[in-house]
Amino acid sequence: MIRFENVTKVLGRRAVLDDISFEVGEGETFVIVGLSGAGKSVTLKHMIRLMLPDSGSVIIEGEEINHLGRRALQEVRSKFGVLFQSAALLQWMSVCDNVALPLREHTKMPEAEIISQVNEKLELLGLGDAGDKYPSDISGGMQKRAGLARAIIMNPKIVLYDEPTSGLDPVTSRRIDDLIVNMREQLGITSVVVTHDLHSALAIGSRIMMLHEGRIVENATPEGFIKSKNETVQSFLASQYITKKGKWEELIHE
Amino acid sequence: MSYPVRSAERVGGQVLQLFHNTGHAMFMLLEATWFIQFSFGKRSRHETVTQLYITGIKSLAVISVVAMFTGMILALQTGLELRRWGQEEFIGSAVAVTMIREMGPFMTGLIIAASVGSAIAAQLGTMTVSEEIAALEVMSINPNRFLVMPRLVALTLMMPILAVYTNILGILGGAIVGTTQLGVSLTSYMNNATEFATNKDLYVGLFKAFIFGIIITTVSCHQGFMTSEGAVGVGKATRRSVIISFLVILVVGYMITRMFYL
Ligand SMILES: Nc1ncnc2c1ncn2[C@@H]1O[C@H](COP(=O)(O)OP(=O)(O)OP(=O)(O)O)[C@@H](O)[C@H]1O
Ligand SMILES: [Mg+2]
Repeated sequence: MIRFENVTKVLGRRAVLDDISFEVGEGETFVIVGLSGAGKSVTLKHMIRLMLPDSGSVIIEGEEINHLGRRALQEVRSKFGVLFQSAALLQWMSVCDNVALPLREHTKMPEAEIISQVNEKLELLGLGDAGDKYPSDISGGMQKRAGLARAIIMNPKIVLYDEPTSGLDPVTSRRIDDLIVNMREQLGITSVVVTHDLHSALAIGSRIMMLHEGRIVENATPEGFIKSKNETVQSFLASQYITKKGKWEELIHE
Repeated sequence: MSYPVRSAERVGGQVLQLFHNTGHAMFMLLEATWFIQFSFGKRSRHETVTQLYITGIKSLAVISVVAMFTGMILALQTGLELRRWGQEEFIGSAVAVTMIREMGPFMTGLIIAASVGSAIAAQLGTMTVSEEIAALEVMSINPNRFLVMPRLVALTLMMPILAVYTNILGILGGAIVGTTQLGVSLTSYMNNATEFATNKDLYVGLFKAFIFGIIITTVSCHQGFMTSEGAVGVGKATRRSVIISFLVILVVGYMITRMFYL
């Protein structure tokens, strides 16, 4: 579905992506983890050609996208819904108008139908009563969820999530996790999730890839990821208390 | 590498960059111009009207004050000079012609560049660094249609109107000084003002204002889109948009005057 072939991207003298190759299969929930600055967001941006690689190719459903013309690029982008790290809502529009924007721009749907679809998505994300508020008046977590509602309003085939749960409380985070899983199970949507939260990565991911200093240090199933011998992976796991002998273990299973 | 070669290389690089940026800005302008046909269509109507309002109404207070005082200063300076020759009654034409040909469009341009233009650069700059522009692109919403075109329509429509307003207030300001300070009667001031100002002066002035509107939109939108480096970058983009607009307005204003009056 999504394939990177030897992608290299230099930003400000540093190879942020250094000869990266991987593939995301249809219906997968592909999780990308890594430290801050590892190039996770940059990787997502290459999938929708917000950035062009210096060398290598990005292939979406068998189509190399780096040389596409305008129309064809639109076609490819319409397969995607994207939740940006900063939510990227338009500040001068209400939450409802933000979510409705793609429908208003690209469909001839009557207004009543638009509103009902928007409300349905807002309900789904627990934003039922925030529709009339402006992005600056709601919390960061709510902005994220509004951004997510906008990302999925056109029922895309592939959804890219850039840190969907950062800044969210644990309960809401799990709800977003459930949503990602549901979209995969019920609608067969392919997801690429960037996250720092390994617990959620292990819970929802069908594959987990770790980026470090521009390279892929691990790309495996959750099981394989936990068992990885790679030191960077091990210390990343340990940093989130995913160790053989967890210190909570005895307490919980008394 | 020796110093001259290195610095020549750097200058060369900057010149190339300048051409590249100018090309980019021109493409943006052309595309936005093409989209003007949709300015009052269903998708853009709201934004166009909002921008018309922001441009037309929000700066009115500043423009009024500046226009008045420009006219007053013009009247006072030329009036004092003319009085030495006993020709005070000519301040009407001096103020009217200077306002309509030059000062009206020029002052309006500077004020709009500093208020509306800088606000555009700051807003689009903020949108760029917070990934909102990227989000629009992914949703296949062309920022040149969605953001630039309504601003272009608003500024090119409003600039000539505001310039006329500036002219009227300037001439009024001149009249106040003329009647109260220089002892010219209002009727002779007005007669003189209308006698010497030609239609050509008005058209050239309006044409200038229209062109200044295009310049301000292009510069401020382009600077906004080129913003990088977070909040600091937004500040830089705003400052640059005002400076570049001022410079281009000055140069182009001179060229238009030269074209029509030399
Ligand atoms: N447009 C850009 N211009 C220059 N450098 C950039 C640009 N975008 C990203 N970078 C650099 O690329 C590196 C990777 O950035 P990226 O945003 O992908 O990190 P990330 O893995 O998403 O980190 P985080 O978890 O903090 O979001 C960083 O060092 C960043 O400074
Ligand atoms: Mg990131």
